[in-house]
Amino acid sequence: MEYAEQLFGQFFGAEWGLMLFSLTKNLALIFAIVIPLLLGVAYLTFAERKIIASMQIRVGPNRVTFFGIPWLGGWGQPIADAVKAMMKEIIVPNGANKVLFILGPILTIAPALAAWAVVPFSPEMVLADINAGLLYILAMTSMGVYGVIIAGWASNSKYAFLGTMRTAAQVVSYELAMGFALVCVLMMSQSLNLGDIVRGQEGGSLLNWYWIPLFPMFVVYFISGVAETNRAPFDVAEGESEIVAGFHVEYSGMAFTVFFLAEYSNMILVATLSSLLFLGGWLPPLDMAPFTLIPGFIWLLLKVAFLLFCFLWFRATFPRYRYDQIMRLGWKVFIPITIVWIVILGGVMQLPSSLLNMFPLNLWFH
Amino acid sequence: MNFLEIIFYFFSAILVLSALGVITSRNPVHAALLLVLAFFTAAGLWLLLGAEFLAITLVLVYVGAVMVLFLFVVMMLDINLDRLREGYWKWFPFGGLLAVVMAAEVVMVLINKNFSIDQMPAPPPHASDYSNTKELGMLLYTEYVYAFELAAVILLVAMVAAIALTLRTRSKVKFLDPSKQVIVKKKDRVRLVSMPSEKKE
Repeated sequence: MEYAEQLFGQFFGAEWGLMLFSLTKNLALIFAIVIPLLLGVAYLTFAERKIIASMQIRVGPNRVTFFGIPWLGGWGQPIADAVKAMMKEIIVPNGANKVLFILGPILTIAPALAAWAVVPFSPEMVLADINAGLLYILAMTSMGVYGVIIAGWASNSKYAFLGTMRTAAQVVSYELAMGFALVCVLMMSQSLNLGDIVRGQEGGSLLNWYWIPLFPMFVVYFISGVAETNRAPFDVAEGESEIVAGFHVEYSGMAFTVFFLAEYSNMILVATLSSLLFLGGWLPPLDMAPFTLIPGFIWLLLKVAFLLFCFLWFRATFPRYRYDQIMRLGWKVFIPITIVWIVILGGVMQLPSSLLNMFPLNLWFH
Repeated sequence: MNFLEIIFYFFSAILVLSALGVITSRNPVHAALLLVLAFFTAAGLWLLLGAEFLAITLVLVYVGAVMVLFLFVVMMLDINLDRLREGYWKWFPFGGLLAVVMAAEVVMVLINKNFSIDQMPAPPPHASDYSNTKELGMLLYTEYVYAFELAAVILLVAMVAAIALTLRTRSKVKFLDPSKQVIVKKKDRVRLVSMPSEKKE
């Protein structure tokens, strides 16, 4: 690293060399995050098809393999799908706004990937260790709705526009509940930095993690996350039995695939954030010998995998919510719960410590 | 010119161009989207100043919520451009006067000695654990707590008033009450009838 920095300094001069070096380094790190993420997205689609298939007592994709190896049956499917999508033509409908039509998918995927900049994967592995990390993630995820809105409007199609209107209302509503749930987390941890939030949950076992004192918030956050990513049972934005495919009816080929990449990377983001904020991130469930031997990154990965499995489980199990029920759940159930919990939490945190220490089971408030 | 200045001029150029685009573009949806771009680049400029909380809140509130609703409304409008431009020349002197007054005000601020750049030294660099959010929160909830709470109450009143003005309860609307639907039990709707099986002829 130092050698490369010196090399840049010699080549471009002292000041410019430093700037260009940090630029190159950050670009390399971004690739190191995005490429595994996109691979993860590809294999999440495979996992989804396999898991839902076995829940419905089907086989799922089992044909495409690598180099004809029989026991890898199905593992080549995501790659084959990607190649197929890239070969297909992107059809721009008549009367569509061409620039915005292409811009729609781009504006969906860009914030979905940009939010990963502040996510810590282990105590040291984080691209941008900024103080307002949680706010940054909220800002980025709130931008994702533009892609959907633009795509639906630019398609010049009634079904796409209906899907757009549904999504815009749904995402804006659930963002509020999500934000309030996060307010509870930052009240507990006294920090907006994601690394500090995880470090605030240290203390020996899984009982110290925020999912116990903030259990309703954990549930609200995760369900709002499912709604934010427009996943089943909240997938009225696509609603294939009502409005064909919602906002992406008119899209084909890679433009269509980009929407899917964004949806799945948002799913992984919500799962990662839930495990960082409520399930202790990279911390092992018990601070003891066999658990601490496993690196923190693996623990985070396991938690994310479990939450992603829940995403797929919901999709296989629940029927789609009706639109007015979604709005009711967001505005009349989740937001009141979160506001009440903020007040309760604030009250508990203001109690004198002599009173708090009287409870032997109190691990979270001091 | 160093790296920071290049970023500053790049963002400023985009900001000025997109702001110009907002007022010149004919399509209202394009205008709204260019306004989003203007907000976003303005947030970038604030980040350069070290005001991370304000920058991110600008994106979160204006870009993430306010402009979404704007865009939502603008998309559903069917705007007739010919009718919009009808009284253009009639109102031109008035609009021109307003523009001249605004420009004069901006110039007066800019050439005034009290606002010149040497009156505003660059803020001292902060320690690495300095949190813009924390400092703002401290200030808002201690020194300016009354003003802050007052603003919150005014916003709440405005919100309640907006809902009260637009809420109409119509009697003939076919509305389903979800909470009633949720608590429905099987015995409320399903009647199981046991019938003797019919004989085979």
